[in-house]
Amino acid sequence: MAEAVKTLDHVVAINWNRIQDDKDVEVWNRLTSNFWLPEKVPLSNDIQSWATLTEDEKTLTMRVFTGLTLLDTIQGTVGAVSLIPDSLTTHEEAVYTNIAFMESVHAKSYSSIFSTLANTKQIDDAFRWSQENENLQRKAKIILDFYHGDDPLKKKVASTILESFLFYSGFYLPMYWSSHAKLTNTADLIRLIIRDEAVHGYYIGYKFQRGVETERAERQAELKDYTFELLFELYENEVQYTHDLYDSVGLAEDVKKFLHYNANKALMNLGYEAMFPSTVTDVNPAILSALSPNADENHDFFSGSGSSYVIGKAENTEDDDWDF
Amino acid sequence: MRSALVERTTDTAEAESPRQVSARLIYFSSASGYTHRFVGKLGFAAEQVARLPLMTKEPTLLATEPFVLVLPTYGGGDGKGAVPKQVIKFLNVKANRDLIQGVIAGGNTNFYEAYCLAGDIVSAKCGVPLMYRFELMGTAEDVVAVREGLERFWEQR
Repeated sequence: MAEAVKTLDHVVAINWNRIQDDKDVEVWNRLTSNFWLPEKVPLSNDIQSWATLTEDEKTLTMRVFTGLTLLDTIQGTVGAVSLIPDSLTTHEEAVYTNIAFMESVHAKSYSSIFSTLANTKQIDDAFRWSQENENLQRKAKIILDFYHGDDPLKKKVASTILESFLFYSGFYLPMYWSSHAKLTNTADLIRLIIRDEAVHGYYIGYKFQRGVETERAERQAELKDYTFELLFELYENEVQYTHDLYDSVGLAEDVKKFLHYNANKALMNLGYEAMFPSTVTDVNPAILSALSPNADENHDFFSGSGSSYVIGKAENTEDDDWDF
Repeated sequence: MRSALVERTTDTAEAESPRQVSARLIYFSSASGYTHRFVGKLGFAAEQVARLPLMTKEPTLLATEPFVLVLPTYGGGDGKGAVPKQVIKFLNVKANRDLIQGVIAGGNTNFYEAYCLAGDIVSAKCGVPLMYRFELMGTAEDVVAVREGLERFWEQR
């Protein structure tokens, strides 16, 4: 085991009836209402589909998921826990414990996929590959170094980039399979993870921005420079990792667009403007549609004729507060 | 904890009477401020834009001219809670519903079918078009598309 992560010296009994930051309650409620377990997803329905993949495709899929397992393990066991001592409120501490647990659920859910689809030798080979892959290990090391560091705001930057960017070289693949009507139940499970990571990145990025606001201009500039430097360092590594994984099936260039698109979202979660121009973020529409079926529809009322715009349809999502 | 935050006092809101606003763009943005940042980037004059109160217990706004609503989607599993409570309170006022012309929604594609769901819900309930969707605080392209789109829309009215 590596050195111990710092823990709190002093604990105050948490009082949920006195709230300092409404975001803590809002995000706690969101996370608990989004709670899920892999057992609820019928992964065994993917066994037939798995059999249609080539050996290269199976190997790729296993490697992608062991890489994701490593990131979720880091985030659950070290990352979210390391943020606790820097919390501004007791409720923020509680939210991180929720995030940590959910990351452990994510890490475990890949094992559910493995045991459903693959044999022991395939599983062991994939884990061995992930331990030996330089680029995967380098990204883990870069992030872990910050979690063991003592700058609370830089830890949040590293954590948000992990949640909102580093997973996506892996998330691409189940979206790709889903767009080809393959491993669709696995894709359903991964979408639950993707949804959770969005809330985690949003919340940690929000807490980062609240921290930055209280800093002097010089330090704010330093944090911004640091964020872009770290993102760029991780991006270059991610490009190498993407080639390691996807060159065998010829998808690396398509994956990179997905990386750019998500890097922009990671920056926005930290309160910064997008870095990659739209010429390199044009994600394959099939992938975008697998991620969110609504994203691909033409909802741009402004560029259309104005005669064929869409009126929303969402009758089954009523909240009690509406009076009409 | 590193430091305790000063507890916020929000009891300044007086009796429940909506504040009248004459704005062509009315928006809600939570404390995270993404929608606020997006609206700011549009660059419209301050008097054309009004922000709904942050806290539900504060009095809502009363629109006095036709307006377009911009709102974020709260990310949920089953879609419940997608529309911020403050927006529901604002739209529960019939006079506001009578003046809404369209809706622009923020969201995150990570939420699958719930991406920008708040826009779909408001569009369906008020019978107005969902004009545009953007993610988080919007890209430069989103800003241009919405700015130019709204200018054309208001000219044609």
